[in-house]
Amino acid sequence: MEQYQGKTIFNKIAIGKVFFYQKKETQVKRRHVEDAEAEIVRFNAAKETALAQLDQIYEKALKEVGADNAAVFEVHKMMMEDEDYLDSIYNMIRGELINAEYAVATTGDNFAEMFAQMDDAYMQARAADVRDISERLVAVLCGTGTDMHALGEPVILMADDLAPSETVQMDKSKILSFVTRHGSSNSHTAILARTMNIPAVIGIDIQEEWAGKTAIVDGYTGTVFIDPDETTLEQMSAKMRDDERKQQLLRELRGKETITRSGKKIHLYANIGGVSDVAQVLQNDGEGIGLFRSEFLYLESDTFPTEEEQLKAYKMVAQNMAGKKVVVRTLDIGADKQVDYFNLEKEDNPAMGYRAIRICLDRQEIFRTQLRALLRASAFGNISIMFPMIISVQEVLESKRILEEVKTELREQNIPYKDVEVGIMIETPAAVWISEELAKEVDFFSIGTNDLTQYTLAIDRQNPKLDNIYDSHHPAVLRSIRTVIENGHKGGAWVGICGELGADTSLTETFVEMGIDELSVSPSFILPVREAVRNLR
Amino acid sequence: MKTFDYTITDELGIHARPAGELVKEAKKYTSTISINANGRKVNATKLMMIMSLGVKKGVTVTIEADGEDEDAAIAGLQTFFSENL
Repeated sequence: MEQYQGKTIFNKIAIGKVFFYQKKETQVKRRHVEDAEAEIVRFNAAKETALAQLDQIYEKALKEVGADNAAVFEVHKMMMEDEDYLDSIYNMIRGELINAEYAVATTGDNFAEMFAQMDDAYMQARAADVRDISERLVAVLCGTGTDMHALGEPVILMADDLAPSETVQMDKSKILSFVTRHGSSNSHTAILARTMNIPAVIGIDIQEEWAGKTAIVDGYTGTVFIDPDETTLEQMSAKMRDDERKQQLLRELRGKETITRSGKKIHLYANIGGVSDVAQVLQNDGEGIGLFRSEFLYLESDTFPTEEEQLKAYKMVAQNMAGKKVVVRTLDIGADKQVDYFNLEKEDNPAMGYRAIRICLDRQEIFRTQLRALLRASAFGNISIMFPMIISVQEVLESKRILEEVKTELREQNIPYKDVEVGIMIETPAAVWISEELAKEVDFFSIGTNDLTQYTLAIDRQNPKLDNIYDSHHPAVLRSIRTVIENGHKGGAWVGICGELGADTSLTETFVEMGIDELSVSPSFILPVREAVRNLR
Repeated sequence: MKTFDYTITDELGIHARPAGELVKEAKKYTSTISINANGRKVNATKLMMIMSLGVKKGVTVTIEADGEDEDAAIAGLQTFFSENL
């Protein structure tokens, strides 16, 4: 048995087999081959295997996400059988007597480069498809599997680090736990683990040879056991059963009001990152959705999601929540969430860069499509719209003006919509200081404590070296929250918290005493926070 | 040799999926089928080449078929373009 210590993200225990997730960039070495024809036979066999994989993925995607989204894998198959692509590979193997992996990688690079240089955003994004098929071929040739779709049993997923675009593609039902080498407790993998209600540990010096071994992740202590002995296995299984019992007690709080003993009622909503999270919200008895991160629509897609695609997602959530409030945050791309087809330039300091409402007000066609979809969805439930990263009254007025224009457009086309509440995220110190003025322009505020802490303390929340001084309980942060609540109420806006701090039960009493109206937390924290509120005087 | 012109009406232009369908259609015939657009001419059985033309909405392309079944090919492709692009 081996034992490793890291930093815990979520207090729970997982026992299972290790799956080692490798980034797709396999290092390909150039090698001389004697027999070009034999190498071509080897390549053709790999191509057949890769095509069969794509068939499987296509079938799976067809069932899970529908024909439109599955079509990309059909395109991948066609690309893999493209005459020019194959000719280039054959010619390199024959002409230069080199190994198939190298011929595929070089050809893939050349074709990807051709697409990347086209002056058409859609075609530029196809570069990623060419890279994808080439990587698939190389992986088959090298005999390494990186394909998440091939997961059978649920596993403990280990990786150096995980990008949001990687985690959205994963089949969440197959993941028992995340263990990563890098990442901070505020990274998106960490947030994902909390949303999924699974244990996660970061800062573990993971090793490739653990793949396939049994491991235990103890999210209470941050310990990871590899090849655990009988005694440890028994102890941890018992701890897991204890956990279950505690969860059972919490479940008894379902259907109860979130109210203090003295009768102060708090709206306890949930944060979600996609349509599939709604099930978790209902299971945990969320009273609404306080933060619906709309980025997933953009991250999961290879091109800008259409109005109809967006409408489908928003409508589904609104209908499933059956009249309960659903606050949708408009696009918050940029910073640590990058999407290829947006063609955003690399920035030195993306957290302070071109992101969220700044992109929306600049590239209004993207914004208008989203607002149209949201307004159309409002006819099917109780939707509110929230704008992120606000720093000025001007931005709010401009956003509202565009929203009104979209409404006029819909009226002219006789498309039904409801009047929606409009709110903003308070996550910059600027917004805190002008919250009194901002409150007059909106129906509600939602405080994003993660970014507010980052910007108030000038600490990059992605930097693991600063994790120990990233203090969301810092008096500057707490005083900002108090100011925002007071100013919000003065201007007639209700005020909530949708950052991670909202779920911190050591602060629930403080927030209630400050006068908070709403707390929006990951689904798994709804019942613990309800318990905390109900225990207050 | 037979030809026809077609102006693309699909919002995305000749994007990946219809390009793939076009290749399938073009492979049904023995004639050599090519597509002219933006001053370039490529073989219509080559997916990545077609995509590399970057044909957008509003662009007029010329389809050529040369061979024994060129009449059938032109008829088939005319239907294909009007239904898919």
